[in-house]
Formats: sequence, structure tokens, C-alpha cells
Amino acid sequence: MVTAERVWEALAEVPDPEIPVLSLVDLGVVRGVEVDGEHVHVGFTPTFLGCPALEVMREQMAERIRELGAEPDVEVLREGWSSDWITEEGHRKLRDSGFAPPSGSAPATLLQIQTGSHPCPYCDSTDTRLDNLFGPTPCRSIRYCNACRQPFEQFKTL
Amino acid sequence: MNAQELLRLADDELILGWRNSEWTGIAPFLEEDVAFSSIAQTEIGHARAWYELAAKELGSDADSLAFDREPEDYLCSPLVELRLADDWARTIARHWLYESADAIRIGALKASDDPDVAGLAEKIDREEAYHRMHAAMWEERLRGDARFREAVDELWPFALGVLSEAQRSLLCEAVDRDEVEAIEQGERNDLRPLWEEMTMVRRSVPGASW
Repeated sequence: MVTAERVWEALAEVPDPEIPVLSLVDLGVVRGVEVDGEHVHVGFTPTFLGCPALEVMREQMAERIRELGAEPDVEVLREGWSSDWITEEGHRKLRDSGFAPPSGSAPATLLQIQTGSHPCPYCDSTDTRLDNLFGPTPCRSIRYCNACRQPFEQFKTL
Repeated sequence: MNAQELLRLADDELILGWRNSEWTGIAPFLEEDVAFSSIAQTEIGHARAWYELAAKELGSDADSLAFDREPEDYLCSPLVELRLADDWARTIARHWLYESADAIRIGALKASDDPDVAGLAEKIDREEAYHRMHAAMWEERLRGDARFREAVDELWPFALGVLSEAQRSLLCEAVDRDEVEAIEQGERNDLRPLWEEMTMVRRSVPGASW
């Protein structure tokens, strides 16, 4: 018998396709799990609408649920994802792999991005500057640490 | 919200996304190469989401609506059709004017009675905030540049054409300019060469998906 708890555990092992140190649960994109007999409904909200990882995430979640012997139904919710939903564990994993987690609460403003405190994930210095609002994927910006002279990727506040 | 209005939004975002992607590899410096490519990607993502809503009403699918229509059936604004990829001042002028106009349009859609439309507008607005920040940084940098000012003058009637008549006064306030006669959808046709490129795979291999 599949339980919601087992489904959450299984989804916590599905890596984000573009930042694999993070699971989909760490990322906060799984919003709810409902189990009705053999039928498992997952409410899911992708990070960015243009994110090409969307279909991969859906299919990987469905696959894990099928492995539990249940019938998956992954629904993309109307509600928009917020970077505020990345878990504490997610923040730690991001820092450990050289990504700065989102800093400050959504919505971001230019003032906050340019002058707020954005610590470097390598040396923790807050003497960092915005290099580019846009980065290698829609969810990341590029910053530069003046202290350790290291460019780094900053998860966007959304 | 009717399907024609949804298509209009989707077409604007799709065509602008393609136009922005024309800078990929040739932007004035690497950061802008990345920025314009990323903005293009999110605009096309927004287009897909609007096409999906329209497709529900029309009994179609997003790819068919995006790529299987004739060029004269697209409902995008003349502003987004213009090919500006060799001219950075005009590109930034369009970017700033479009984002200013789009903020007004999206703001109104967030209050829609249709929960699908309002929900999607809310989601898109949060992503567009980054496009607006980028546009604002560039406008601030170039506002004293004569070529940029000329480009804004040239594109201003096009920018008004992005919005409904009722919304145009809000754009005038937002960018502090006087209202002039707008260049509206259907008044120009600069789309065909882009359409030929954009639909080439679908026309060569009908039913292709990727």
C-alpha cells in the first residue's frame, strides 16, 4: 500500500535536472501529494515557464511513483513557484556546491539585487557585485566576489 | 478571455522571443549574449503557456498554433516583428518600450475574472520583473545617447500599438511621452522572412515535434 509519506520520500530522491545536487522536494516544486488507493496525485509548479527541464521533471516523478506500484497523475498547478519555497536543506546543498541560494524574499527589486547582501558561496564575503541579471539557465544570475575574486552563480529571487 | 486575445499575447511573446534570439552569439559583449538568449527563452516559454490556454479553447495544441498558421494569421504587434538585430540602440529601445507596455497589459490580466488567465499572468509577471530590471538598467545607461533617443522616437508609435486604446494613456504616463497615432496589428508586415525560418522544420517534416 502506497502512502503519501513514501511518495514524498521517493520524490525527495529525484534530482533537479539542471542542478542535480538539489532534489525536486528541496527546490519546493512539489506542492502536494494525495494518495487514493493506487492513484497518486502530485501538484507540481515549475520554477520558470521557459524551463526546458519541466517535462523531464514530470516524467521522472511519474516514473518514481510507478516504481512504487501506483498510478501517477502529475498536475502542473496554476500557482506560480517562488524561490522562498526552497528548503533550508536546499539552501545548504546549493551553498556546498558553489551556488548562492536566493537571498531576500520575493519579489526582487533592482535596488535589492544591486545593493542587498549577497554572500559569496565560496568565502562568505558580502563584498560581491552583480555581473549579469541572466545566467546559464532562467533561474540564475551571475555575481562576482571582490574578496576572493571568484565569479559565482546566484539563484534568482522569484 | 477569448482565444483571439490569447493568441495575440502568445504571438507577441513568440515573435519577440525569436527576434531577441537573433542576438545569440553576436551581442556587443558576452553578458548581453547570455541576457538576450535567456530573455528569448523565457519569452518563448510564456508564449507556450498562452498558446496552451488558447489551444484548450480551440481544440488544438501549442506547437500547431505557434508554427502551423500562415504568416498573415499571426496577431502580433508590428513592434515585435521588426528585425533589429544589427542595431543595438533600436533593440534596447524596443526592449524598454515593449517591457513598459507589457507590464501594463500583464498588470491588467492579473485582475482577470478567468482564474487560468489571472494565475498565468501572475506567474509571468514575476519572471518579467527581471526583463524589466534589465531594460531599466539599459535605458538609464543609454538615455543620453542620441541614437537611442532617435530609436525611441521612431518606435514609440509601434509601442502604443502593443496595447488596447484604453491602456495607452498608462504607457504615456509610465514612459513620460505624449500619445501619438499608434501603429497597430495588421498595418505592417515584416514577419514573412522570420516565419519562413521559424516554421521551416514543421513545413519540411509535417507533424515533427521536438
